[in-house]
Amino acid sequence: MNFTQMIIPLNITKTISDWIYSIMPETAASYTIMVIIAVAYLALFAVAGLYLVLLERKVAAWFQLRIGPNRVGPWGLLQTMADALKLVSKELTSTIKIDKFLYNLAPYFVIVSALMAMAVFPFSKQFQAFDINIGVFFLIAISSIGVIGILLAGWSSNNKYALIGAMRSGLQTISYELSVGLSILTMVLLTGTLQLSEIIEAQRTGGWLILQGHIPSIIAFMIFMIAGTAETNRAPFDLVEAESELGAGFHTEYSGMKFAYFFLAEFINMFIISSIAVVLFFGGWLSPFGITENIAWFPQVFWFIIKVLGLIFLMMWFRWTFPRLRVDQLLTLEWKYLLPLNLMNIVLMAIVIWLNWTI
Amino acid sequence: MTDQQAQNKIKTEEYFINMGPQHPAAHGVLRLILTIDGEIIKNVEPDLGYIHRSIEKMCERDSYQQIVHLTDRMDYLSSHINNEAVCLTVEKGLEIEVSDRVKVIRTIIDELTRIASHCLWWGVMGMDLGALTTYFYAFRDREMINDIFEETCGARLTMNYNVPGGLMFDIHPNFVKRTKDFITHFKTKIPEYDRLLTGNVIFQKRTKGVGILTKEDAISFGVSGPTARGSGFSSDVRKHHPYSAYDRVNFKEILFTEGDTFARYQVRMMELWESVSIIEQLIDNIPEGETKAATKAVIKLPKGEFYQRVETARGELGVYINSTGNKNPYRVKFRSPGFSNLSVLNHISKDVLIGDLVATMASFDFVIPDIDR
Repeated sequence: MNFTQMIIPLNITKTISDWIYSIMPETAASYTIMVIIAVAYLALFAVAGLYLVLLERKVAAWFQLRIGPNRVGPWGLLQTMADALKLVSKELTSTIKIDKFLYNLAPYFVIVSALMAMAVFPFSKQFQAFDINIGVFFLIAISSIGVIGILLAGWSSNNKYALIGAMRSGLQTISYELSVGLSILTMVLLTGTLQLSEIIEAQRTGGWLILQGHIPSIIAFMIFMIAGTAETNRAPFDLVEAESELGAGFHTEYSGMKFAYFFLAEFINMFIISSIAVVLFFGGWLSPFGITENIAWFPQVFWFIIKVLGLIFLMMWFRWTFPRLRVDQLLTLEWKYLLPLNLMNIVLMAIVIWLNWTI
Repeated sequence: MTDQQAQNKIKTEEYFINMGPQHPAAHGVLRLILTIDGEIIKNVEPDLGYIHRSIEKMCERDSYQQIVHLTDRMDYLSSHINNEAVCLTVEKGLEIEVSDRVKVIRTIIDELTRIASHCLWWGVMGMDLGALTTYFYAFRDREMINDIFEETCGARLTMNYNVPGGLMFDIHPNFVKRTKDFITHFKTKIPEYDRLLTGNVIFQKRTKGVGILTKEDAISFGVSGPTARGSGFSSDVRKHHPYSAYDRVNFKEILFTEGDTFARYQVRMMELWESVSIIEQLIDNIPEGETKAATKAVIKLPKGEFYQRVETARGELGVYINSTGNKNPYRVKFRSPGFSNLSVLNHISKDVLIGDLVATMASFDFVIPDIDR
C-alpha cells in the first residue's frame, strides 16, 4: 500500500516522501514513512486535545458569566500548554496497596484507544491515513476499548470511590454502546457501505444523510448524540467521575501525566464522537450546498473541522446546562427508551429505503 | 436457578465508606460513615467534631458584647440573624426597647441575608446535582448583597453589625438606593433561576420523590426551617413568634406537603419572593430614630434564664442564656437548626442510592460550623 498518496496532497509531503524513497530501500522507506505519519498524528492530536480543553474552559466561562483563561498568552492560548507542562513535571504519586501493573497500564489503554481511532478519520478526500472498508465498525470497536482502561484504573487503585466509579463506567458504556451501534447501523442501512470515504461521497449528490433519511435519520442523530455523550462519560452522564458523589471517580488516585492521559482522552473521545456524527449525518468534508466545490484551493478540512467544532460546542452546551442523572435513571433511559426506539427506528429506516422515500 | 437460589450462591457483603471530612458534597468537614451494599445506602452515621470550636464554652468567658462576635462563626451564611438572636436575648434580659428604626433595619438586613444564603444554597444545590453553572448565576446576585453589606458595616460575611441595644452605627446613605436597585435586579433573576434549573426534566427526576420526610417525622426529630415547611410543618418563627419588625409586614409562610427534595427546593425558591416582598414593604419607610439605645459599658444581665428564638435561613435558632448577674453568662446554649436537621438524615436515607443522598443533603442546606459550633 502506498501511504504517501493518502496524506496531505501538498508538494512538501511529496518532496519528503520522494527524498526518503531515494535514500533508502523501499521497505525501509515505507516503514519510515509510517512512523513519521504516526508521530505527526500523535503530535497533532495531543495539541488538538489541549486546545479542546482550552475551548471547553472558554465555553464554560461564557456560560458562567466569566472570562476564562486570559493570562497565559494572548486570549489564554498558551494556558493549557502551561497546564500540560505542569502535569508532565509533577511527581507520579500513588498509594501503597495498588496493583502496580494494572495501575500503570490503565491510562495507556484509555489514551491509546482514543488515538487509534484517529487513524481512520476522513479529514478531507486526501487527508486520511487509513481508509479501510470497515471504517465505521473500526471506530466503534476501537473507541469502546477505552472502558477497559477505566475499569482497570478503578479496580487497581484500591479505592472504594474509584471502584464505584469504574463499575458505573462499565455498565454505562456497555449499555450505551448498543445505542451508538444501532444508530450508526440505521445510517449504514441508508448508505450501504461501512467505508467512511464512500459514506461521505454518497452525500455529494443526494444531500447530507440527515436530510436524505429525514425522520429516521433525525431520530438516529438525536439518539447518537445522547448515547455518544454517555460514551464519552460527559455530563449529564458523568456518573463515572461525579465529583459531588465520588470525589473524582475512577481517576481519584492518579496524578501527574497519568491523570493527564485520562483527561486528554476524554476530549479526544469527544472529538471522535463528533467526527462520527459529522461523517454520518452532516456530509463530512463536503461543503454545505456545495458552495466551495469548484474552488480548487479551498481546503476541505475546513468544513470538517467547522462541523466537528459545532457538535463539540453542542456537547459542551449539554455539560454546562444539565444536572447529572442518577445511575438507575441512566439505565432506564437506555434500556426502556432509547433501545426500543432505536430498534423501531431501524425498521422505519428499512421501510423508508424499501419504499424509496429517501430524498 | 431461581432468584432465591442465585442469591444464596452469590455472597455479597456490605462495606463502609467515608463521605468526608474532605468530600466535595459535604460543604465543609462533615463526615458521614456510609454503610453501602453495592450502591445502595444501608446506614448513614454522621460523625461530628471536626470543626468544634467550643463556642458555647467561650461564651461563658466573654462579655455580652463579645458573644455577638462569636455567633458569626456558627452559621456564617446567616451571621446577621445569629447576631440579632443574641442581641434580642440580651435586650430581653435588660428590658431595653430598641427603636423602630433599629427594628426595621434589622429586618431588612435579615431578609437580605436570607436571600444571600438561599442564593448560595441554590447554586450549591445545582452543583451537587451536577449542573455547575448555577453556582455562578447565584454568586453574581449574592455579590451585590455582599457589596451592600460591605458599604454599610464594612464586612461582607461576618457582619457584626448588631450590638446589644441596637446597631453599631447608622446605615450608609446609599443603603436604601442600592437595596432597591438590587431588588429590581433580583426580581428579574429569580425567573431565570427557574428556567435554568427548576424546570429541567433531569433535575425534577432527581429530586421528586427523593428523601421523603413526613410531617410526623419532621416534628418528632425537631426539624425546622424550610426543611420542615417542605413537609407541611408550619414552623416559621417569624410568623408564630414575631420579633423585630416582622409583625408589621405581610408575608406568606410557604408550606408544601410532599416532603420530598423538590418540595424543600420549592419552599426556598418561594421564600426568595417572600423575602423580596418583605424588603419592598419596609425599604421605603425606614422610620427616623436612635440607632442604639443607651447601655452601660459593662452589661450585666439580671439573675435568671433568658431564651430567644429567631428564624435563620436554615431554621429555628434558639439562644439560651443562664445568668447569675455577672458581666458574663453562667451558661449559654445555642439550639442550632442544622444539628436537629442532620439528625433526621439517617432516618430518610435508608435504601437509597448515593446520588439520592447527595440530593437530599443538598436540599437540607447544611452549614457544618452551625452543626458543630
